[in-house]
Amino acid sequence: MKKLINRPQDVVTDALRGMAAAHGDLVRVNFEPNYLVRADAPVRGKVGIVSGGGSGHEPMHGGFVGMGMLDAACPGAVFTSPTPDQMLAASQAVNGGMGVLHIVKNYTGDCLNFEMAAELARAEGIQVEQVITNDDVAVQDSLYTAGRRGVGVTVLVEKLAGAAAEQRRSLQEVADLARKVNAQGRSMGMALTSCTVPHAGKPTFQLGEDEVELGIGIHGEPGRKRIKLAPASEVAAMLVEPILADLPFKSGDSVLAFVNGMGGTPLIELYILYAEVTRILEAKGIKIARNLVGSYITSLEMAGCSITLLRLDEELTRLWDAPVKTPALRWGV
Amino acid sequence: MPITRDAVARWIQAYAAVLAEQKDQLTQLDMDIGDGDHGENMNRGFQAVLAKLPGVADKDISTLFKTVAMTLISTVGGASGPLYGTLFLQMAARTAGKQELTPSELAEALKAGVDGVMSRGKAVAGDKTMVDALQPALEALQQALGQGVELAEALNRAATAADQGRQATIPWVAKKGRASYLGERSAGHADPGATSSHLLIQCAARTLG
Repeated sequence: MKKLINRPQDVVTDALRGMAAAHGDLVRVNFEPNYLVRADAPVRGKVGIVSGGGSGHEPMHGGFVGMGMLDAACPGAVFTSPTPDQMLAASQAVNGGMGVLHIVKNYTGDCLNFEMAAELARAEGIQVEQVITNDDVAVQDSLYTAGRRGVGVTVLVEKLAGAAAEQRRSLQEVADLARKVNAQGRSMGMALTSCTVPHAGKPTFQLGEDEVELGIGIHGEPGRKRIKLAPASEVAAMLVEPILADLPFKSGDSVLAFVNGMGGTPLIELYILYAEVTRILEAKGIKIARNLVGSYITSLEMAGCSITLLRLDEELTRLWDAPVKTPALRWGV
Repeated sequence: MPITRDAVARWIQAYAAVLAEQKDQLTQLDMDIGDGDHGENMNRGFQAVLAKLPGVADKDISTLFKTVAMTLISTVGGASGPLYGTLFLQMAARTAGKQELTPSELAEALKAGVDGVMSRGKAVAGDKTMVDALQPALEALQQALGQGVELAEALNRAATAADQGRQATIPWVAKKGRASYLGERSAGHADPGATSSHLLIQCAARTLG
């Protein structure tokens, strides 16, 4: 393992110290329990939005704390969900009297810990709603799995729900909006390499020089199947087709196209992929009304990408354009 | 012979020692079908438990279990934190005020714990989870005690049943947790949670009997 770290057990706290130093104007960092809140929290009269998950997905979630997006983020150990006491403390810190929305990716650990946190927060009289993201079309949504994973659409839910909360909508309205975004978004990812969890010290899986994993999540876990490396045009089709088939998206739809890097893929490759996505969607009469290209929900240094498509309407488009000021996403201000 | 409070503390200490020793193997199992953090997470949690034990050295068994539970819930994360935390929290609820346990009280406490795990994780036997080691262990313990078998032997049978339960998970396709995302590819590997649960029961057999 070759990483720019001090000790593996200090990775998360060292990174949090760095975020506090780099973005002290936007976020405050709390240690033991670990969480980040926007510098002006709690905002009175506004629904507080809390998300969280394992570390190693940077900039998610800590990079999205600030005006117009998250009020707090709870980082767990690398690829391990945070604990209920972190989520409870974060919820208390951002409760501005309008209740708190928890945005939870559908992974067993995240769901169990957020469920316990919600029980604890409600016992203290804090109103809590939870929205679970589950947009990954690589996983069959059946009784025989833990259900679809929450991946790329989580970033979009956080932005759009954040904008809705900023408009002073009620907890119920913000939660409904978040659920609508989740219901209209789909994702699929692939990996060119594994990644190395600092504690484990070696790659989570081995891939041959000419192999890729199709249908991965965001934790370095292997995907649904292993295939031979193909040109970007074919990879784009392998990712986009199952997404289009699933909602389904149809000719005339407007979408937000999100091409996400997994941490180790340069922008030049993401743009190549975005060009292919554009070509595929144009051929089907689907209009890309908004886009996001870059590494926003990652798996450490994994090379690879995911594609997320979100069906847009006027309301979602306006909320997407609304101002946001966070360490990793910033416009309109 | 009743199970003393000190024996329960030795159980927890023995498990912490085994986790420290086996954490790399548990993590490797989890790398095969998950994300490679189970050994590390469990070890982090039980090292924190070890640090808390002296503070409750004069307290009853329930307080001991509750301390373990709350420490795991606040330090482990992942699915293991809430699940193992719930196991010990339910055992704490069933042992209120007790300085010693009879074998049948231990079995009742363990039953409450296993029921709690199943309800928290919404998992049943056959899903390829820790339940597949805990449930057979509990049944073996109950059956042996029902037949009048000595505690030490009953716990040995429970440990054997847990081990068989763990081995039985090898060919299965996971239905819960992160391994379920691998579909057919999760087959051929023992479940990490069933493995750590087997170790827990094995430590009980070594310390409580």
